[in-house]
Amino acid sequence: MPTRPRVILILASLALLSLVSIGLALTVGSLSIPLADVWSALLGQEVAGGDVIIELRLPRTLAGFACGGLLALAGALMQVLLRNPLADPYVLGISGGAGVGALLGMWLGFSAFGVDGLAFVGALAAMLLVFGLAHGDGSWTQTRLLLTGVIVASACGALIALLLALAPEDRLRGMLFWIMGDLSQANRIWPPLLALGLALSLAMPFARELNLLACGLMQAQALGVAVNRLRYVIFLLASLSTAAAVTTAGSIGFIGLVVPHLVRFLTGNDQRLLLPASVLAGGSLLVLADTLARILIAPQQLPVGVLTALIGVPVFLFLLARQPK
Amino acid sequence: MSLPLLETQQLAVTIAGRRVVESLNLQLCKGERLAILGCNGAGKSTLLSTLAGLRSPAVGRLLFNGDDATLLDTRQLALRRAWLGQFQPDPFGSTVLETALTGRHPHLGRWNWESKHDTELARGALKAVGLAGMESRHIHTLSGGERQRLAIATLLTQAPSLYLLDEPLSHLDLNHQMAVLELFASTARDCGAGIIMVLHDPALAHRFCDRALLLYGDGRTEIGAVDRILTAETLSELYGYRLRQIEDRGYRCFIPE
Repeated sequence: MPTRPRVILILASLALLSLVSIGLALTVGSLSIPLADVWSALLGQEVAGGDVIIELRLPRTLAGFACGGLLALAGALMQVLLRNPLADPYVLGISGGAGVGALLGMWLGFSAFGVDGLAFVGALAAMLLVFGLAHGDGSWTQTRLLLTGVIVASACGALIALLLALAPEDRLRGMLFWIMGDLSQANRIWPPLLALGLALSLAMPFARELNLLACGLMQAQALGVAVNRLRYVIFLLASLSTAAAVTTAGSIGFIGLVVPHLVRFLTGNDQRLLLPASVLAGGSLLVLADTLARILIAPQQLPVGVLTALIGVPVFLFLLARQPK
Repeated sequence: MSLPLLETQQLAVTIAGRRVVESLNLQLCKGERLAILGCNGAGKSTLLSTLAGLRSPAVGRLLFNGDDATLLDTRQLALRRAWLGQFQPDPFGSTVLETALTGRHPHLGRWNWESKHDTELARGALKAVGLAGMESRHIHTLSGGERQRLAIATLLTQAPSLYLLDEPLSHLDLNHQMAVLELFASTARDCGAGIIMVLHDPALAHRFCDRALLLYGDGRTEIGAVDRILTAETLSELYGYRLRQIEDRGYRCFIPE
């Protein structure tokens, strides 16, 4: 159990990291704006480049932070739910479903809003399908859930490949960016931010029970956890968080798998600290990666999904090597 | 007289359609120790998890202090009984102290953090099983026997009035086997706890328990005081192997012929 000062210290440092990464994202870009001007623009004063901050960078940065937080939270929850360190938000086919929906929308030439809507419908459909199939006879074992999810995900993968193969040339680039994960189209900030706030505040009351779930189902039940109810809640929370994130920014990889592990190196496995810390770390990492994606080959932009792994992997390997044996 | 800690009425247990326990009527009172003996696959562990309320019986009722188990929620159950299962791998793991503290879960409210008092209880439990000084070790660095003793410490931290132990001696060497059995004997004697344990050694069952429950695996069960029931004759039938009985200073020993 982490002590109270340690919890405060870790969360405060990560909150600071979040603020720094958001500040950085707002100042740098093809138009460099000093921090003082950014601050004035945020306070509503007229400054040069103020429109760029308010109209472009702020929504994109906040949406990115929310998506990173949602993915890291969903990843941490999935890893406990499936008791598997390799689990990530996409392992149960939610992003696959969203991908089929989004690509179908692009193929049919829908507006951005229509594409997002279809992506969300696809994610919900995949979630209900996995839940229905895995629940089947009521046993709902981890292995069955994982297998069903993996199979549904690979079916979605095949459909996505089919859509890409049939897609007209001029829409292919947009589709590929969606699959890799891209924040340039993310301009609605409230849905992901609200989803993040809601998901975290609904998950936190169950955090200590999640610690016990990691020791095994029977063990958790013997210690007084209503295991079945807990697993339904966690499955729903993780799936809906994933759906909210992929609907906003496509299937950004890596964050959901590795941020919970990164944070675990730092904090230990107490979910009461791990969940909020993962949200802050995931959000910061995605904002930093997106800032790089905007400036590396400016004025062209890279899809952020390409960079999350390129930044995260060295950090992860460094921490892994430093782990006491 | 107070109600029995645990009572079963006409309890039946089924594994994959096979009836392994038929109409079991059992009462366990304060301070009593009961051993469950039987061959592999006779349903010992399944019966034990049924007695813990973790698995519904095929037929019959289960009562804790006179209250029907189906009317108690998981947390109320966890305040009355603790269950030691067989070893489970933990993919993430935490420290020894954190693991021992999980025993306090049913005692804490949803938003409570473990208090100093809880930590003291956990440290005391770790000391009782000989793990003092290892509080900050990660559980993945422990040996099998140390993991088993940590699981027992978690049970002590839970501090219920009834302990259900599935092979509490597995992975333990001889001195720790005796220490664990002495520990539960004193918990029963001093705190009035009830103990039910699945054991493989009838000699230890005779020495550390008041009664024994024999499972024949075909639904038949037999229960009685250890002196009467743990004899070469019944055990030879139970295990399907001829045993000879030796007595020394009141302790019994069984030697395969």
